[in-house]
Amino acid sequence: MKKVENLSFEEAVAALQEIVETLENEQRPLEESLALFERGQALARRCMALLDAAELKVRQLTEDGEITDFLDA
Amino acid sequence: MTAAARWSILHATMNQMTLFSARHWTVTEVTRQVRAALEKDENLRDVWVEGEVSNFSQPRSGHLYFTLKDESAALRCVMWRSNVSRLSMPLRDGMAVEAHGHISVYDAGGQYQLYVDDLRPLGAGSLYQEFLRLKDALEAEGLFDEARKRPLPQLPRRIGIVTSATGAALRDMLHTLRRRYPLAEVFLAPSLVQGEDAPAALVHALHRLAALTPPLDVILLARGGGSIEDLWAFNDEALVRAVAESPVPVISGVGHETDFTLADFAADVRAPTPTAAAELASPIPLEELRLYVAKSQERLDAAMRSRFDAWRVSLASLRDRLRVVSPIRRIERERQRVDDLLRRVEFSVRNRLNLVAAEAASLQKRLNALNPAAVLARGYAIVTREDGALLASAKDAAPGDSLSVQLHDGAFRARVEDSPSEEIV
Repeated sequence: MKKVENLSFEEAVAALQEIVETLENEQRPLEESLALFERGQALARRCMALLDAAELKVRQLTEDGEITDFLDA
Repeated sequence: MTAAARWSILHATMNQMTLFSARHWTVTEVTRQVRAALEKDENLRDVWVEGEVSNFSQPRSGHLYFTLKDESAALRCVMWRSNVSRLSMPLRDGMAVEAHGHISVYDAGGQYQLYVDDLRPLGAGSLYQEFLRLKDALEAEGLFDEARKRPLPQLPRRIGIVTSATGAALRDMLHTLRRRYPLAEVFLAPSLVQGEDAPAALVHALHRLAALTPPLDVILLARGGGSIEDLWAFNDEALVRAVAESPVPVISGVGHETDFTLADFAADVRAPTPTAAAELASPIPLEELRLYVAKSQERLDAAMRSRFDAWRVSLASLRDRLRVVSPIRRIERERQRVDDLLRRVEFSVRNRLNLVAAEAASLQKRLNALNPAAVLARGYAIVTREDGALLASAKDAAPGDSLSVQLHDGAFRARVEDSPSEEIV
């Protein structure tokens, strides 16, 4: 399983959704449930942090096939 | 003589005239020269001319004669009967039309004029005809089929944009994405968006974006508003095919709401404007995502709480059941029995003690009755010999023995004077 802090937002939010649904709909042993819960909390924190820090990155494909940062006004 | 016949005769005549070079030209010669000059001009051989119809007439010959004019000029036109059948509607004065043909000279009238071979109302341009033809062809090929349309990603990570690097469209799209969905990474493949070279440039840009790894999640193909000619590149067949074949879903946003291009039909989703395209590429804006994550957190808590509640309930019930079968219950019962027994033991012991005490009291009474002191009080005496032994029999006393006589209120010594007799004194 990937470390929470390495997940992209899409991955984190998908994993979070899965955990929520598992906890809501399935009977898992106590220890496993606790582990899922803790991971779910970490995922939610990760998502929020990513949302708070999000800043659109814009790259430009140049004519010679490079990818550079695009600086717009 | 028909106009055509006249035309050919004049033409032959003038060819002969070129053999001569005269300082003083005939009218025919000058006219021929003018015509030659006009017909030599490539630009005038194949022209579309827009204007308003006036002086329209259609004589029995079936040819059409009219004048096209605009604010500052007029152009005589003729349309031979053979071409007239192509007209989609009858001409009349005041109509705005565009006429196609070549410019030449009508010698007999001394006039240059437009020899019209195609004519249609202004606005229903050839561009539109071409548009419809290509649209029908590509539609028949299945390029626009609904079944080809792919769903757009809910949370795109990498978004491609094909548009002009300097246009308002790009500015609008970046602004929209920045506001709604700054999580994304945008890859801009700048391209010409109008003019002859635009279609190839757009196709090239699409291909470059499609080749990126990891693959993009969605591509925006966009251009700001403009005239139908400005947007024409987006009707190019090669571009339309490139859009349809793109491995990455394409959202088109070309021109304004009312503009439809063939690229729009081929795209997975058509947005009315570039801004709308950017909105479709970011279906869940930032604030909704925040709410969603917060909601998920609540659901997580609630799910865990209810899970714990359930465990607590089943734990309590287990404990109850355990208590029923537990030895503790028996021990408690046994303890009660022991208590019972102890109580009974205590009771009987206390009873017994009471009995003993009563007996002791009775014995005490009887003992008191036997107390020698009490007997002495009644006048009896206790006689002891010198060695302290009780003198209980007269036979034990010999004359001269010293005896001690104890009465109830004192004692004294006495001497035996004679031998004891059996008589009681």
